[in-house]
Amino acid sequence: MYGIDFSQRMIIAAVLFASTTLAMVQASAPLAEQLRAIRSIGPEGRGGVEAGRAARELAQADPAALPEILAAFEDAGPLAVNYLRSAVETIADRAKKAQRPLPVGELEQFVGDRSNHPRARRLAYELLEDTDPPRAEKLLADMVDDPSAELRREAVQQRIDRAKELDEQAKAADGSKREQLLAKAEATWREAFAGAVDDDQVKEIVKPLERRGHKIDLQEHFGFIADWQIIGPFDNREKAGFQAAYPPEKEFDPEASYDGQLGRVAWQPVSTADPYGILDIAKELENYKGSCMYLTAEVVSPRQRDVQIRLGTPNAWKLWVNGEPVFGREEYHRGMKIDQYKVPAMLKAGSNRLLFKICQNEQKEDWAQRYQFQLRVTDEAGAAIDTAETPGPAAKSE
Amino acid sequence: MRRRSIVRDIWCQLTMLAIVGNVCAADWRQFRGNDADGVLKGAAGPRSFEHQPWSAELPGRGLSGPIVVRDRVFVTAASGYEQDRLHVLCFDNAGGEPLWERQFWATGRTQCHPKMSVATPTPASDGQRVFAFYSSNDLACLDLDGNLLWYRGIGHDYPNASNSVGMASSPLVVGNTLIVQVESDAEAFALGLDVETGLARWKIDRPRRANWTSPSLIERAGGEGPLVLLQSSAGVSAVEPGSGREVWKYTEGAATIPSGVAKGQQLYVPSHGLTALRHIPGSESPELLWREQRLGPATASPLVVGEQVYVINSAGVLNAGRLSDGELVWRLRIEGSYSASPIAVGDLLYAVNEAGVAKIVRLGESEGEILDEHEFGQTVLATPALAGGALYIRGESHLWKVGGGTKALNVAP
Repeated sequence: MYGIDFSQRMIIAAVLFASTTLAMVQASAPLAEQLRAIRSIGPEGRGGVEAGRAARELAQADPAALPEILAAFEDAGPLAVNYLRSAVETIADRAKKAQRPLPVGELEQFVGDRSNHPRARRLAYELLEDTDPPRAEKLLADMVDDPSAELRREAVQQRIDRAKELDEQAKAADGSKREQLLAKAEATWREAFAGAVDDDQVKEIVKPLERRGHKIDLQEHFGFIADWQIIGPFDNREKAGFQAAYPPEKEFDPEASYDGQLGRVAWQPVSTADPYGILDIAKELENYKGSCMYLTAEVVSPRQRDVQIRLGTPNAWKLWVNGEPVFGREEYHRGMKIDQYKVPAMLKAGSNRLLFKICQNEQKEDWAQRYQFQLRVTDEAGAAIDTAETPGPAAKSE
Repeated sequence: MRRRSIVRDIWCQLTMLAIVGNVCAADWRQFRGNDADGVLKGAAGPRSFEHQPWSAELPGRGLSGPIVVRDRVFVTAASGYEQDRLHVLCFDNAGGEPLWERQFWATGRTQCHPKMSVATPTPASDGQRVFAFYSSNDLACLDLDGNLLWYRGIGHDYPNASNSVGMASSPLVVGNTLIVQVESDAEAFALGLDVETGLARWKIDRPRRANWTSPSLIERAGGEGPLVLLQSSAGVSAVEPGSGREVWKYTEGAATIPSGVAKGQQLYVPSHGLTALRHIPGSESPELLWREQRLGPATASPLVVGEQVYVINSAGVLNAGRLSDGELVWRLRIEGSYSASPIAVGDLLYAVNEAGVAKIVRLGESEGEILDEHEFGQTVLATPALAGGALYIRGESHLWKVGGGTKALNVAP
């Protein structure tokens, strides 16, 4: 071959291999350094300039590096994720302008692996969608219960659109063909409902299912806590009760009674039948102006896990999980909405006690009279956590 | 020979300064323009809506106004079910072609009233960088080519500094400090950030009440550089931009939606209608010049052109008041509700109502005259921009350029 003997070819091959390996090591070393700088970003903007510099250097990488950068989302906080996203977008933009291919196979694999960071998977999906839309759309078929809220939403929407199409086709069909189409549409609506976590989609799905005679339990679907123990009122005149630590904050004794704002108070059961789990204190008890109430409920988790406690209320509130304060907010009458607040928390295996403090102020305006809340426990995508599994050994020992 | 070289160098530098000066004069770098007063200086504006060189489709909603820096137009948007996808978009000013887009995930709360958007604050620029700020208190600093320089999750650092109906205050650049006002019932503060690093030069506590006003500027006596005006329900605090030190304050309460406007060393603040204030050097509180209930603005901020102050009231009437004594001089019905603040260049005022009907009003001493009117066909809540002879209007889903350029184009991203 071109006058080069076998040994010379081996030497050339060895030199090529060594130089390629060296180049890879040289390339990956800075990559690791850049990823470290980005993931080191601290609070109050500390390390932001270094992270920005690293992201811009990272953005010079070859498209082949995209899977490695996406994988780095795993140990990154929400701020670092945005620096990484910026680098990924820049690489993809440049590749697009230069008509260079993206590693679509690896991206597809990355999206399909649910153990990867949900936002990294979503970004990989968007790159794929931009490059090969049918290939990306195909992936959605298996994502109706996906841990990524964004991918899950699109997968549910795909089902909704398909179910509507089938219903339309059924209208134009006759006899057994019509029955088949209707059955297929119903199955698709049910699949969509099983995955839906966003209220607008749930509302859209519930109507056709109810028309077909299905009884929908929205409380159960969303995971709202309907049954509580309540105690109060305690004094919150001049909004001083928000900061005051009344006895229920210090202990939970279901048999105890305390001096309240209007006399002795004791724990009593209260529940709501509202489909969205709204517990209206003004309706169930009284709109005690300038008061605080405490509510408690038990949540069982089969394992230790991260959750989001999602709540809505127009009142000031504080929340504890297993005696530990997790968040509080002193804002009155700025509206109420499902999932208005998302509080990250950790549940232990077995029984977990939630304590919720809700405060009413003394405003007299008509729009400032609501004294209510709704609360649910979900995974990161917003799906109700499964509390029905058998508790693990840790729970049994408690 | 050497003297000729020095002369040539000086000439080059002067030429460069003139170019930079021209470029700066043609920019509209932040909410209500470079001086945060809604007025473009030393330029002209379109007298009709006839010529619309380009429009561009936007990927999400926003109440943020466009800004113009050199040959680029920047706008922000938010998309997604929870509006947690934050967009920064850059368009070519001449032709409207999209040059780049960057997206981020919100790290703070994205809850807001349906009329509001997470992309409500108008971005700001110092001519080299763009500061994109959102209701979630995310703050991205990018260069003009879209490279991320730094990113602050102020909502991540201070999770209680949010408002369930949304935050709206636009950031303000003064020299090398970026001022952001983050005020809610639960937590309230203002930050002065180093534009190069995003790190806080100062942080001061603010009245713990919901507030949607934006910081503005006022001249200081003695040529010591401007002061930043921080307005809230408690009143107005004038602080030094570099240190956050309070120089004077007005404590008689002020509006929490329309922001005040200054001309020279006088401030016209929405407070008990409209209140005119002037600071006397050495004093801790300003002198009250006049107060006029009939000049109280609704949502849109007041504007000063020449010797008159202009406000739009809740009935859709443009009121002109005399700067010297607050006397109501003339009124003109311009119809509709206005969220976007009016802006002006020369004797022309531009106002767009919420239904997307825009008007060009010629401002006279004794009367106003509507020169032209145009329906943009969609909701407009964002304050427009003026730069290089053109007007930029941001609607629910589109950005339009009116006047100025020559190329006719409709652009989708």
